[in-house]
Amino acid sequence: MLIIDASRADASVLTDVVFRWRNLVLLGKTLGLTVSVLIVVTLLALPLAWLTTRSNLYAARFWTILCVMPLAIPGYLMAFTLLSFGGRFGMLNTLFGIHIPRIQGYWGALIALSMYLLPYMFLNLRVGFQRMDPALEEAGRSLGCSRSHVFFRITLPQLKPAFAAGALLVTLHVIGDLGVVSLMRFDTFTYSIYQEYMGFDALSKTYAACLSLMLIAMTIGLLILDLYFLRGLRIDSVRNAPIRKCPPTRHKGWFFASFALLLIIVLVGLILPVLNIAHWTWRWEADIPDQTVFTEVFSSLASSLKASIPAALFAVILATPIAFLAMRYPSKLTRSCQQSAYVGYAIPAVAFGYSLIVLFSQHVNALYQTIYLLIFAYVIHFLAEALGPIRSSLFLATKRLEDASRSLGRSRFSTFIHVTLPLLRPGLIVGMAFVFLSAMKELPLTLLLSPIGYETLAWQVWSYADNTSYAKAAPHALAILVFSAGFVWLLLMRGPEKSR
Amino acid sequence: MKRVTALALFALSFFTFTGCGSESNNKAGGGGEPGEAEITIYSGRSKELVGPIIKAYALATKSNVTVKYFSNSSELVNTLKSEGDKTAADVYWLQDVAALGQLAKDGHAGKIPDSVLKNVPKQLQSSTGHWIGTSGRARVLAYNTEKVKPADLPKSVFDLTDSRWKGQVGWAPGNGSFQAFLTGMRLVHGDDKAEAWLKGMIANEAKPYPKNTPIVAALGEGEITLGIPNHYYLLRKKAENPDFPVNQTFFADGDIGNMFLVAGIGITKTAKNADSAAKFINFVNSKEVAEKFVTNKKHFEYPLAKGLKTNDNLQAQDKLEAVAPKVELDKLSDLAGTKALLKKVGL
Repeated sequence: MLIIDASRADASVLTDVVFRWRNLVLLGKTLGLTVSVLIVVTLLALPLAWLTTRSNLYAARFWTILCVMPLAIPGYLMAFTLLSFGGRFGMLNTLFGIHIPRIQGYWGALIALSMYLLPYMFLNLRVGFQRMDPALEEAGRSLGCSRSHVFFRITLPQLKPAFAAGALLVTLHVIGDLGVVSLMRFDTFTYSIYQEYMGFDALSKTYAACLSLMLIAMTIGLLILDLYFLRGLRIDSVRNAPIRKCPPTRHKGWFFASFALLLIIVLVGLILPVLNIAHWTWRWEADIPDQTVFTEVFSSLASSLKASIPAALFAVILATPIAFLAMRYPSKLTRSCQQSAYVGYAIPAVAFGYSLIVLFSQHVNALYQTIYLLIFAYVIHFLAEALGPIRSSLFLATKRLEDASRSLGRSRFSTFIHVTLPLLRPGLIVGMAFVFLSAMKELPLTLLLSPIGYETLAWQVWSYADNTSYAKAAPHALAILVFSAGFVWLLLMRGPEKSR
Repeated sequence: MKRVTALALFALSFFTFTGCGSESNNKAGGGGEPGEAEITIYSGRSKELVGPIIKAYALATKSNVTVKYFSNSSELVNTLKSEGDKTAADVYWLQDVAALGQLAKDGHAGKIPDSVLKNVPKQLQSSTGHWIGTSGRARVLAYNTEKVKPADLPKSVFDLTDSRWKGQVGWAPGNGSFQAFLTGMRLVHGDDKAEAWLKGMIANEAKPYPKNTPIVAALGEGEITLGIPNHYYLLRKKAENPDFPVNQTFFADGDIGNMFLVAGIGITKTAKNADSAAKFINFVNSKEVAEKFVTNKKHFEYPLAKGLKTNDNLQAQDKLEAVAPKVELDKLSDLAGTKALLKKVGL
């Protein structure tokens, strides 16, 4: 689709469009934001993952759940919160009389995106830590290495695939984000593409298509980098890692430091947005919604779940064989299959949405404006989110166990079902959670592709907040939060740790 | 493994359950025996604003009306263009004239019957009979009352390039209403003068915002001194907080900066129920509904029907006619030219 749009332009226009100074500025801004978000997220997520899996942190599971919660908060809500936090008419000043400048622009985008993407890195690293075989570290220690030496030479390298998966998700998210950067007024590629799409003339469309192609090229570059980063890495182990849990490290000395870190993350990433929603409700007493709001919330919740749950299931079902084949039977075909899932993630949602509209309204009209199309779009768009955790689990599930099973006469398929799949469980669960939560919050695709009259929770929040009817947006935002939080909790409770 | 399977089964059963249960939830239906044929509306205007009107129509005519809301008018136009003849829409309701003109130009708009057109003043409808206005808004000069005295305000939108306002003006070059205003400026003053003005604004470090609401917020914070939004954003803000330190006014009478714009409605070329669609449009432009537009606490738009009592916060309509420049709304459809100009100057 994009290529057709782009090729409609003649060569001179094309060179004009591609080699514009503005593109370079956009590229610089996009990459700058991506790198800084990545740094912030890694610096926060690494100690968090370590604290919750490897230390004697009190109530580790409680903290884990709190740190994953920001996943339930849509990025645009986070941005709204930060915007209405500072400033003369902001929450901080009206409630406590403290006047700070409004948080916006680059810093606003950085904070909002980091808070919102932190759980992706955190959960990936957590899976990495949990699946790590403590024997290696113990061997290192017994051979006389210092603690820090072991950490840098043995522990960190084992986290490589988990980090790569997390970093890829974070990077693609930043590049593809529209809600946060538009609210924070920070120009990136995706924001410009959106603006161009909203023009009607042929030139805008060409320009948007070219920008999209450049964005996709950039993503492919990142993916090659990712492959290079993981080339030849083997960190699997014959012993099934979860058999033995790493002994917790005591860290009395910096109890306060770790506590402060946890507190800050929970405060900014979770409590602040919730407080903001409460503040919305309280400030606009005049429009406090009546009883009907409950039926509205309930029916939108049903709409949200109707699309999100199947999307999460199908995404995992589709992602598992893709990741498995790419890992166990590496060939050009299986690899490119896996990498193309990531490219799908990077195609701007508007461009993807309109391509599907044209395709389905013209050729597959029976499915157009049905919930099936929406689910299909979610699955394709969010496939990468499911792939990452599954891939990092696969890195740790040793092939030798599979070989043993094969030599004992099991068929390939049976081996996959009975040996590989159980080992992948933590990855499957996290992958499912990612897709589910993303689908719950998704906006641009939902707006374009949903059936007529279909209104999800995210849709309601956006629609009311856009009209500054914050009090009416609040119950819907709260419903997303509560329901997603419940889901996260359920998954973590039933998840990896139970098997220990 | 068992747990995952159980979870999956639970989810699937939930899916099928809700799938059967809530089919009719989203229809603004009157129920009972249907009166009018069912119509489908694509709306580029928000649900909060037009939802109650659509519901009132459904109740009054005992018919089913389904609505798909878009986040803005451009998204709606793009979707209609992509769907072409296969669209389900009978009626489209858009925020601005350029979008309305675009649909007519691309052949997606059907003719509105004369019986409907005659109820609306000629200057507030398309000359080809493809759309009619439903409510109006004015472009204004908004200012922070603590940073500037009314007497010192610029008298023309062209004065905003004066170095006295360097880095002090907020605008929204990507916004539909701004672009309609710019199209008007090109129409009245010519492309060269419009281009010079844009370049002057950029040189004067005017601050770009994605849309009007953040301009008003930034004015309140004192981050900028002047802004050129539509009239109703500040009025909404003032209703929440009367002490908000921002006011708005018009430039000198007839200045292009005071342009009057409308939202409008039309019928698609492929409408399956064109008669019911026409009836709906008539309903929207009836006096009762127009009054609803004005008295709605959230939306301080100008009704287009004459002789209505207006909201206290609105400048009287007769005054509006004096200050607004004379521009034919129908000619504001050259958005492509305006976009090209914006691109040329790097916006």
